[in-house]
Amino acid sequence: MSGAWRLPRGGRVDRARPLRFSFDGKAYTGLTGDTLAAALLANGVHLVARSFKYHRPRGILAAGCEEPNALVQLDRGGGREDPNLRATQVELFDGLVATSQNRWPSLSFDLAATADRLAPLLPAGFYYKTFMWPAGWWRRVYEPRIRAAAGLGRSPSRPDPDRYLHRHAHCDVLVVGAGPAGLMAAAAAVMSGARVILADEQAEPGGALLAEPGLRLDGMDGAAWLAAALGELTAQPNLTLLPRTTAFAWHDHTYLGLLERVTDHLAEPPPHLPRQRLWRVRARQVVLATGAIERPLVFPDNDRPGIMLASAARTYLNRYGVRVGARVAVFTNNDSAYATALDLAAAGVTIAAIVDCRADPGGELVQRARAVGLPVRPGAVVTGTQGRLRINQAFVAPLDGGGRSSPVVCDALLVSGGWNPTLHLHSQARGRLRFDEKLWAYVPAELVPGEQVAGACAGSFALADALREGAQAGVAAAAAAGYRAELPALPAVEAPSWSEPAPLWRVPLGRGRAWVDLQNDVTAKDLELALREGFRSIEHVKRYTTTGMGTDQGKTANVNALAIVAAGLGQGVEAVGHTTFRPPYTPVTFGAFAGASRELQLDPLRRTPSHAHAEALGAVFEDVGQWRRARYFPQPGEDMQAAVGRECRAARQGVGLFDASTLGKIDLQGADAAELLNRVYTNAWAKLTVGRCRYGLMLRDDGMVLDDGVTARLGPDRFHMTTTTGGAARVLAWLEEWLQCEWPQLRVFCTSVTEQWAAIGVCGPKARDVIRAAGTDIDLSREAFPHMSFRDGSVAGLPARVFRISFTGEIAFEINVPSGYGGALWEALWQAGQPFGITPYGTEAMHVLRAEKGYIIVGQETDGTVTPLDLGMDWMISKAKPDFIGKRGMARPDLARADRKQLVGLLTRDPTVVLEEGAQLVEDPAQSLPMRMIGHVTSAYHSANLGRSIALGLVQGGRERIGQTLWVPMPAQPAIAVEVTRPVFLDPENRRLNG
Amino acid sequence: MLLITCPWCGPRAEIEFRCGGEAHIARPDPATASDADWERYLFLRENAKGVTLERWWHVHGCRRWFNAARDTTTEEFLAFYRMGEPPPATLRARLGR
Repeated sequence: MSGAWRLPRGGRVDRARPLRFSFDGKAYTGLTGDTLAAALLANGVHLVARSFKYHRPRGILAAGCEEPNALVQLDRGGGREDPNLRATQVELFDGLVATSQNRWPSLSFDLAATADRLAPLLPAGFYYKTFMWPAGWWRRVYEPRIRAAAGLGRSPSRPDPDRYLHRHAHCDVLVVGAGPAGLMAAAAAVMSGARVILADEQAEPGGALLAEPGLRLDGMDGAAWLAAALGELTAQPNLTLLPRTTAFAWHDHTYLGLLERVTDHLAEPPPHLPRQRLWRVRARQVVLATGAIERPLVFPDNDRPGIMLASAARTYLNRYGVRVGARVAVFTNNDSAYATALDLAAAGVTIAAIVDCRADPGGELVQRARAVGLPVRPGAVVTGTQGRLRINQAFVAPLDGGGRSSPVVCDALLVSGGWNPTLHLHSQARGRLRFDEKLWAYVPAELVPGEQVAGACAGSFALADALREGAQAGVAAAAAAGYRAELPALPAVEAPSWSEPAPLWRVPLGRGRAWVDLQNDVTAKDLELALREGFRSIEHVKRYTTTGMGTDQGKTANVNALAIVAAGLGQGVEAVGHTTFRPPYTPVTFGAFAGASRELQLDPLRRTPSHAHAEALGAVFEDVGQWRRARYFPQPGEDMQAAVGRECRAARQGVGLFDASTLGKIDLQGADAAELLNRVYTNAWAKLTVGRCRYGLMLRDDGMVLDDGVTARLGPDRFHMTTTTGGAARVLAWLEEWLQCEWPQLRVFCTSVTEQWAAIGVCGPKARDVIRAAGTDIDLSREAFPHMSFRDGSVAGLPARVFRISFTGEIAFEINVPSGYGGALWEALWQAGQPFGITPYGTEAMHVLRAEKGYIIVGQETDGTVTPLDLGMDWMISKAKPDFIGKRGMARPDLARADRKQLVGLLTRDPTVVLEEGAQLVEDPAQSLPMRMIGHVTSAYHSANLGRSIALGLVQGGRERIGQTLWVPMPAQPAIAVEVTRPVFLDPENRRLNG
Repeated sequence: MLLITCPWCGPRAEIEFRCGGEAHIARPDPATASDADWERYLFLRENAKGVTLERWWHVHGCRRWFNAARDTTTEEFLAFYRMGEPPPATLRARLGR
């Protein structure tokens, strides 16, 4: 048996396939085809949640995605935890384990429900005014406690083991919603030959046809017509039908986000399938056939379990074979709820009363209800309810206030306040809305490019209208996408018509709180309080009261709230306007957005060709952008400082081996390559001879340093440019932009060759010995191969480009080989270097060695606000060139100010103290706070070669301050005294370099 | 996500491109430009509400720069044209220049 409230027959569930599940630890049985909500109701469970703020008992309000109350946590084991799922959308599977949220210790006895009795102290915006004192308590005391008491589900605690995929799709027509309108639109479009995607958020397409038994289409009932229509549609090869797929976002240029729940409904998902698939669909045309969502009514104590939307009760009855009560009252302002009452009565449910606020309802369904003897109470409203964990009584009184209220005993109260067309996607697409005062609902004011609307979402609630509009929308969409489409034959329809609804935004009678937003516990009084406190804009009222926020985004609350605010302001609903609809329509898991872009597929790892060799030597690595570089090579017992000190000494006294492969490399070819260099670098390039290298400084056109590096002339029309590791892509982009946009007449091709060349540096007094021992046909002598020159040849039997360039101030050769040979080159140099004590060094030693020489690192000594003049690099700037990028920018008067920050050296009075990079410099450490900061430390290291600490910094008017003492104030310790010096600490005459 | 028509490759998703900001900004002659001229060139932009001319780079495609006319209020592209070409004559009325 699948629950005492299940009907013996009827619905689209499979009674032969029962499913076991548990809710809050209690075992239940449901049926294949159930949602969790349907299965709970079949077992008589209405109380499923405690409310967000007041912990009030709450039941199931809806049967779809609009559900504000019935949020549950699902745990599939193995880290597969999902909070805040709507029980109304969770498809039941065997073994499903669900728990309720936001209650302790249990749903029926929740200690935090004391909050409900404190409600007068907790009005809208209470946290803005109640918890202001003492200062500082908000963050430490109040907020954590409020957050613990108010809440939704628990975040998953472990990494998500599921797989998510992305699909990028193009189609001519995307139809959103597979109800009657959507099915007709898809049929019309698909017959034209257009490529059509039809997406529907439910497990089964069909929409209203699945839950409304009274319809006849071409003489068939809804289910039979649906089966025939689907059979015809799905036979078409140009149709893609996506069930369980929510179109949750409409972005610019008809680009829609769809979430397909592929395996969420399966007890044991097959391993080859992703859990969910995110579709990104670029459609030429979109047909919105998204239907409408029923509004609840606002009256005192309208939030008890057992109070439900009338259409939801109808869905549970007709689609799942579940009675939501035995003695049911109905409260409505329109005809649609009568259909529910008639269906329930036919299923044997007692209808205690149909309370209709309209004085003289006279529609077809009203007449039928009267004809079968249902107790219709026109001109009346519900003024209150009773029942702690489930409604047991409703109070009914005449709307005109001219009579006493009388109790109606019931175990469910079905409400209908009219229908809101589902216009979220239309509005996301920046389509305007218009408030229709016949339907009392917002409808599309106009279509946006690429959009068609049909059916209930366009305000057409009659079946015949939905079918016709759907067909027309499909034809229009196909035609706009370039296909010849014809209007298909429309089925002959028998369906009851609706008479006009009456607006009823808030029952004016009765006492007690009337809830507008059930998920956020917002009452009509809260909205009025916001108005009394001066809020006027609906966006402000929303934020102050939190109405319309949360996981449901006010799908059942917003229009009621707008109308109550409008009444409070004495304005029409349209004059108040509406809050902005933003994606997503319903919540989307982060996993779906991430898709396969996790870990290394999000951020790739780049290793140099000799990575494995460094690893074998015990290197400690660091991440430099996406590159993983060897930082230092500790020997047993060494810490970082000891290792780096040893590496630095070796590079100056013996020979060091360094992997420089990550440097950006750009191959420049063309007759105007030298001219390009002349324009992008500050110095002169025209006279650089073949075989020579030059250091270049690249500026932005505002005069600030962009990048630096050494470029070699390989031939008359060919250069090999190097950039900083981090600047490789930026510099290539920079060159291409100037070439294409400003200097199209220059004939130069720029090609990134960063990954084509491995570069190994050999540095130190014994560098020549090592390369000779490895074997080379290049004359390495000082005379034949001077500093800043380049030779082509072979090293260790490998084809090599050898650059004599140095970032350490020592004799150094950077040997470039095709990257496939990088490992072999490292190994050959390592072996050949053994007799000379060759020492591999990492990026840390490289930083120290260059700082000893005062060589800058772009991005460390510079930050986008530093000019060459600030760096003391005037010698790099050509006086003869009429123009280069940054020349005019550098000449702006502000950049010539004497008090700009300038690069200097900083020596601590205590040579053992290493400054912190980023630390601020002041003149007087005794001054009061805030101190006047005149500069900062950009680089600071312990230098083993100098036997003391060194630092570089940028200091206001720094060059004038050489010899002065400045101070670095430190938290909780005395300020550190530093002497300002020139930024070169070692071999200022470059004797070692040119040796 | 915008759909951008590269004049060399055809329509592609915005994710393949990078926007380079306002187009047709002439770099003044550095020999004669005043500080105010240079400031205008470096920093001052139209930031139009309505039709704006901007340059785009097909960075994850053919790596060519090109120009586009986009209505910033609707995100509608009115024209795509190659680097060095003037804006289409049909746009002049809407550009008001």
